[in-house]
Amino acid sequence: MANEVCFRNMDLDQPWLLEQYKSRGGYEVLTKILTEKMTQDEVIELVKESGLRGRGGAGFPAGLKWSFINRNSEASRYVVCNSDEGEPGTFKDRDILRYNPHQLIEGMIICGFAIDAAAGYNYIRGEFWEPYLRFEAALEEARAAGLLGEDILGSGFNYDVHVHLGAGAYVCGEESALLESIEGKKGQPRFKPPFPAHYGLYGGPTVINNTETLSSVPVLLKNGGDWFKGLGVENSAGTKLFAVSGAVKNPGVFEVPMGIPFSELLELAGGMKDGKKLKAVIPGGCSAPVIPADEIMELNMDYDSIAKAGSMLGSGAVVVIDDSVCMVKLLERMSYFYHEESCGQCTPCREGTGWLYRIVSRIERGEGRQEDLDLLTSVGKNIAGRTVCALGDAAVMPVNGMLKHFRDEFQYHIDNKKCLADS
Amino acid sequence: MTEDSMVTIEVDGQELKAKAGAMLIDVADQAGIDIPRFCYHNKLSVSANCRMCLIEVEKVPKPIPACATSVMDGMKVYTKSPMALAAQKGTMEFLLINHPLDCPVCDQGGECELQDQSLAYGSDVARFVEKKRLVPKKYIGPLVETNFNRCIHCTRCVRFSAEIAGMREMGSTGRGEYMKIGTYVERTIDSELSGNLIDICPVGSLTSKPYRYQARAWELTQSDSVAPHDAVGSNIHIHVRNNRVMRVHPKANEAVNECWISDRDRFSYEGLYSEDRLTSPMIKENGRWVETDWETALQQVADGLKEMGAGTGALLSPSATVEELYLAQKLVRSLGSDNIDFRVRQSDFRGGEPALPWLGLGIDEIEAVDAVLVIGANPRKDQPILGHRLRKAALNGASVCYLNPLEYDLNYHAEQLLSAPANMADDLAAVAKAVGATGAIIDDAEVKAQHQSVAEQLKQAGSALVLLGNLASAHPDYSILSALAAEVAKASGAKIGFIGEAANSTGARLVAAMPTDGLNAQSMLEQPCKGYLLLGLEPDRDFWNPTQAQTAFKQAEFVVALTAYRSASLEAAADVLLPMAGFAETSGTYVNGDGTWQSFAGAVQPMGEARPAWKILRVMGNLLDADGFDQNSSQDVLEQARNSADGRQLDNSVTADLGQERRLNGSGLTRIGDVPIYATDALVRRAPALQKTADAISAAIRINPGEAAKAGLADGDRATVIQEGNLATMPVEIDPGVAGGSVRVCAALAGSETLGGQFGEVTLEKA
Repeated sequence: MANEVCFRNMDLDQPWLLEQYKSRGGYEVLTKILTEKMTQDEVIELVKESGLRGRGGAGFPAGLKWSFINRNSEASRYVVCNSDEGEPGTFKDRDILRYNPHQLIEGMIICGFAIDAAAGYNYIRGEFWEPYLRFEAALEEARAAGLLGEDILGSGFNYDVHVHLGAGAYVCGEESALLESIEGKKGQPRFKPPFPAHYGLYGGPTVINNTETLSSVPVLLKNGGDWFKGLGVENSAGTKLFAVSGAVKNPGVFEVPMGIPFSELLELAGGMKDGKKLKAVIPGGCSAPVIPADEIMELNMDYDSIAKAGSMLGSGAVVVIDDSVCMVKLLERMSYFYHEESCGQCTPCREGTGWLYRIVSRIERGEGRQEDLDLLTSVGKNIAGRTVCALGDAAVMPVNGMLKHFRDEFQYHIDNKKCLADS
Repeated sequence: MTEDSMVTIEVDGQELKAKAGAMLIDVADQAGIDIPRFCYHNKLSVSANCRMCLIEVEKVPKPIPACATSVMDGMKVYTKSPMALAAQKGTMEFLLINHPLDCPVCDQGGECELQDQSLAYGSDVARFVEKKRLVPKKYIGPLVETNFNRCIHCTRCVRFSAEIAGMREMGSTGRGEYMKIGTYVERTIDSELSGNLIDICPVGSLTSKPYRYQARAWELTQSDSVAPHDAVGSNIHIHVRNNRVMRVHPKANEAVNECWISDRDRFSYEGLYSEDRLTSPMIKENGRWVETDWETALQQVADGLKEMGAGTGALLSPSATVEELYLAQKLVRSLGSDNIDFRVRQSDFRGGEPALPWLGLGIDEIEAVDAVLVIGANPRKDQPILGHRLRKAALNGASVCYLNPLEYDLNYHAEQLLSAPANMADDLAAVAKAVGATGAIIDDAEVKAQHQSVAEQLKQAGSALVLLGNLASAHPDYSILSALAAEVAKASGAKIGFIGEAANSTGARLVAAMPTDGLNAQSMLEQPCKGYLLLGLEPDRDFWNPTQAQTAFKQAEFVVALTAYRSASLEAAADVLLPMAGFAETSGTYVNGDGTWQSFAGAVQPMGEARPAWKILRVMGNLLDADGFDQNSSQDVLEQARNSADGRQLDNSVTADLGQERRLNGSGLTRIGDVPIYATDALVRRAPALQKTADAISAAIRINPGEAAKAGLADGDRATVIQEGNLATMPVEIDPGVAGGSVRVCAALAGSETLGGQFGEVTLEKA
């Protein structure tokens, strides 16, 4: 059941080439939509029926998002693909750009058709130079084949996709900061509402979806919503790309059905490296609270199961931690990341992320005070839910997760001015 | 408003009616419910970044910002609930962790929004034990001082610059706690409205440089007043300590200046304390100036004026108050003279100008017009608040067109027709023809695409406006330009408006500070009078033709000047100098461009022996045994002045003849002698901080590259301007914004006083 959607062509020699993509039925769905005159509402309805949820982290139903767009708006409509992939631990979209760029392009054209968009933009993470070149090459192929540009496949539909290469800011993965960045402004999130569906890129109604989400569209339309649903479990349709990293023998990206037990995913990644013992797992990227080994070994990898365990499936970045890792040191590194990546726009995140980092860092250095543990919680409370975007929450969740499950390690650092993991 | 567009909400248990879609913070403000905030400002876009106004709304799980939440029917809001208070206090703690505890040495101390709010929402114990952030200060110009350690990153300054000043001079660089406010790459802030940054900054990050370390807010007393520099009459607060003006702040008046004032209005007070303030009466004895007492000086003036009698010419500053102008004209008329004028920068007195020119509409109505044609004016620098209103109109979608000999650096989109002074009438005639007007000049005009475009915009607009300003009124063919403008307005259905040159140009006409059949400002100098009374004017800077003025005064038998300053040109011209109260030192009244009478009281005592000019004039009247000089207060004077103005209506109807002879014929090079923003009057010219700004330009020959090449001049050369045999040597600056056939040699600047009229033929010789 693996490699059914985004990685369905992985067995091909050069799956990124148009000709090879077409050999597996690539662009057939688009052709069908455009030549058999499917209506825009029909396309949106099919995406809705499939139960496809956003793969960027928040898990918002994709079809519902598309249905918010007012196709009669005075302002032009846009499709934006979020390939910023900045969440630490995540590297799944990179492989779509590298190995299956045409499927993403097809998804973006279908979405563009469904909302009658003027253009599509793919915002690619600045560090992804090779994937960027490959995606650009794929766009050129598609343009040459009449799949992009004026009057696509003789349907009268005009649409092109442009690439915007990021410059290394995590916050630009936040959808509204991403839009600001495309517009040439400083990458800072917008206050919402209005949401991008009403006021997005250049003020026009905009669908902004993750790379994996848009890449899933051609396949689920081809095989039908029920097929897609059948791949996964209740409320988590389809397959999912998991980027497994950390203390595993074979780190990498795995496309597996939603709801796969974590233990199986761990097996796919070759099990624990060097015979180390599993200590904990960050199941959905750096921002997702950590889950201890005994809990995660009993969990399935789908939205609801992970949420029930107090964390989130997020972007599908699974970071496997072995028992040699000091959780204080790990949190220090993570907190430094949010401190470094806060855009600085709103007060709690600008001032709070640095404060969190300094407290954790103090504890790590053996300079922590007893009251620091409560202070971490209190500062976190003053950030979470009070910021313009979710970066503030993202900075707080790992702190709370660590304190919930590994408080003893922090206490040990404070009491003994050294690390429990070392001793 | 219909009932449908109103909603009912509940805030802290209080039921409120509000306009649907209104922001919660505005609705609460109107009801007097205090919600703390830093980044919100009702004149700026909402950024919702400070998170201080977080409040609780029923059924919303998280606190949300009141500044970015629009009201919905039935909404229940709690501004002081545990959730709201926890959020507000949390934000306050974050704002304070990196804020220095330097309130005792901070100029904002005592009037700081952060300090005030921290009393209510701050904690007495700091939980942050790390080192505070250090941010180096930056030099951003002579007016605004920075201390970025204190910055709370609310971005009001950034939004002000982009949205109000229209220049995007400020921005933020860096991320997270390294985010810094600054100018784009070490630039200075050059907006003519930059001082407002000081007011909108809620903390001590941007403060007034001239006021730095001068006083504490609680030591100041506040008086209301009116700014003395332009036809807006911005409402201001004067802040005083120990009988000294320490600073000037805006007083909000939506109909006039909203909550802004120009830098000129804010920082000109410094000129009060110039070293050349005249602080005692002075008389010239055997060619030497000696101080004397009031009695001696006034007696000498009375004797002098009595002897001059009907030969007296009175030249009065259009920045003088209604009271002063009223008494001055009354005094001179009692001598049997009708030689009275305030139009010292006008040269075309052929008649037909409107009886009582004014703006033609309320200042606050400008932003609602759909099309504007601005002729011979640069409101952005001449009347910055009017410039701001025009910008608002443009941003609201109005099409704005300019017809000028100079291309201006505007902060909005406008069509600018660049036309040499001698061609302005032709271009305007072409526009008139294109809107369908007929008559002399118009019928012969050659209509080009740009004229047609202006005409179309005026004709299609629901409400259109044709405005004439400072350069137009100084133009040698002003009467023709105004007649053409009137034709354009009539044929296009536009209103016509005249922007008075100074603070009281409209008031001066209302109190008849101009001749009925006597000599006007031009003829008084062309055919020198026997004697002169000067009020608030400097011979070398304040006249259309300074050489002519200085020569006339030198020839006169007797000249008395009421002035706040001594200057070489006054000392050369006058026989008696009477020290008059300056700005803020006298009570008085200005009538602004839209005809609003605005009275104010004195804020400080006049310096030294100086006295309010209305008192000096009243005593002079007494000494001359003139009737009607028994007023006890400036209110008495105002009442009489108002009575005298009864029956005089604001009236923009132009009767000038289109077929008059053109005085500028366009052969050779024509001088454009505009008055730069910080050279307009004696007070501004002496304000040191303003004189250090980028707008405080020095005298230069500004010429476009083509004309420069023809004259064999290059940027940085020195050259001599020769105008009617008068010479001045100054540097050459290449400026592509100067119309061909002309050269910009500003008036009222040091070095220009030896030249002739503001417009006229000149030749250039490389020095």
